[in-house]
Amino acid sequence: MTKHILKLTFISLTWLMHTSVVSADSTLVAVASNFTKPMTEIAESFEKATGHSAKLSFGSTGKFVSQIENGGPFEVLLAADETGPASLETAGYVVSGSRATYALGKLVLWSATPDYIDAEGKVLQTGNFKHIALADPKIAPYGAAAVDYLSKQGLLEKNQPLMVLGENITQTQQFISTGNAELGFVALSQVIENGKIGSGSGYIIPTNEYASIRQGIALLKNGAENPAAVALIAYLKSAPALAIIQKYGYDLP
Amino acid sequence: MLSPADLETLWLTFKVASLSTFILLLIGTPLAWWLARTPSPAKGFLNALVSLPLVLPPTVLGFYLLILMGPQGALGKLSHFLGLGTLSFTFTGLVIASVLYSMPFVVQPLQTAFNNIAQQTLEAAATLRANPLNTFFSVVLPLSRPGFLTASILGFTHTVGEFGVVLMIGGNIPDKTRVVSVQIYNHVEALEYGQAHWLAACLLGFSFTVLVILYTVLKTPPQIQQLK
Repeated sequence: MTKHILKLTFISLTWLMHTSVVSADSTLVAVASNFTKPMTEIAESFEKATGHSAKLSFGSTGKFVSQIENGGPFEVLLAADETGPASLETAGYVVSGSRATYALGKLVLWSATPDYIDAEGKVLQTGNFKHIALADPKIAPYGAAAVDYLSKQGLLEKNQPLMVLGENITQTQQFISTGNAELGFVALSQVIENGKIGSGSGYIIPTNEYASIRQGIALLKNGAENPAAVALIAYLKSAPALAIIQKYGYDLP
Repeated sequence: MLSPADLETLWLTFKVASLSTFILLLIGTPLAWWLARTPSPAKGFLNALVSLPLVLPPTVLGFYLLILMGPQGALGKLSHFLGLGTLSFTFTGLVIASVLYSMPFVVQPLQTAFNNIAQQTLEAAATLRANPLNTFFSVVLPLSRPGFLTASILGFTHTVGEFGVVLMIGGNIPDKTRVVSVQIYNHVEALEYGQAHWLAACLLGFSFTVLVILYTVLKTPPQIQQLK
C-alpha cells in the first residue's frame, strides 16, 4: 500500500515538473485596479495561446510606481494613466519605445440601488443624497475624470461637501456597493456585465464630457530579457485581447 | 515643509486618538476589573472576544465595519433608528472604529495590573470599612497607576498609527476623517515624497517626545507589595 502511494507521488511529482518545463516562462505584471477583470481574462487566454504565464498583481498606479522605483520586481506595468509610465521612463526604468496606450477608460455614475440613477444623470442635480463617492482625484485618474466632469457640468460646488474619496477605484466601488454612499463614479469595467450595467443603476457618461482616461502600458527593464513579458506586450495588441478589452467597456486607442 | 492641510490632519489625529483613549479607559476599566476578578466561565469567552481585533488585518476589519455601519448593517440600522444617520465617513464613526480596534491594547494592561493586586489588600481595605467603590478609588487605582499609563500609551499610539480601518470607513474627508496616516500615504501615492517625509518625521518626533516623557514618569512606579 505504502509502496503504491510512493509510486503515485513520484509519478505526479515528475508530471508536475514536466508541465512546469513545458509552460516555459512566467512574467510578473503590475495591473491598475480598474483593469482587474479584463486582465484576469486576458492572462488566461494568453497562457492558452502562448504557453507563457502571467502573474498578476493588482493595485493603484501610484503605489506601483514607487515600488518599481525602489526595486519592485515587476516586468510589465498596465497603468491607469500615462503619467505613471512616463515618470518611470524619465527615471530610467522603462525599455525605451515600449510605452503605448492600451485602453481608453470610461467613467460611469453608479448606484447599488436599482432605478436610482436616470438615463441622463439628472440625479446629480436633483438627488437628495448624503454622500457621493469617487476615487481620490489627486492620485486616481478616474477620480480626476469625475471631478473634471462635475466641474464642466457646473455641479462641483454642490457636490464637493458630499464627496467621500476612495484610495483607488475598487475601494470607491465598495463605498457604493455597501450602500454607505448612495452613488458615485466608478470605471465602467467594474460594473459591466454582457455589455450593460450588471446590477444597481448607472449612467455611462459620454466620453466627450471629461478629459479622456488614457491608460498606458510599459515594458520595464526588469522584463526586457524575459520572453514572456515581451510576448504579453505583443499579445495585448492581438485580436482576442482587444475583444476582451472592449467587452469590458473600454474604447480602443 | 508642512502645509496647512498637513497640520489639519495632525490635529485631527490627535483628537481621534485622545477621544478614543478616553472612551477606552472608561469602558476598559470596569471590563478589565471584571475580567481580572470574576470566577465566571464567561471570562474566557469575553477575553477571546476582546482580543479578536488583533486577528483580522485592519483593512478587513474596516471592511466589515463598513458593512456593519452601512444602511443594511446592524449598526447602520441602529444609528438610523437613533436619528444619527450613517456613521461611516464621520468623525463619530471613526472614533467608534478606533475604540474597537484599540480595545485589546487598553484592556490587557489594565487586566494585568488588576491581577497583580493581592486579594488580601482588598480584604484589608474592607476590614477598615471601605466599601467596594471606596476600595477601588483609594486602593486599586493608585496601585494600578503603571497599568493605566501603559494602557493609555498603547491605546493612544495604536490609534495614531491606525491606517487600514480609517482607509476603509473614513472616505478621506478633510477635517473629519483625513488623519495623518492616510495623508502620508496619499503623499506617497501622489509621488510627493518630500511632503511625506516631513509629515512622517513630525509624527515620529511628536510621538517619540510624548513617549519619552511618559516613560520617564513611569520609571518609578509605586511598588505593589504583597501583604504578609
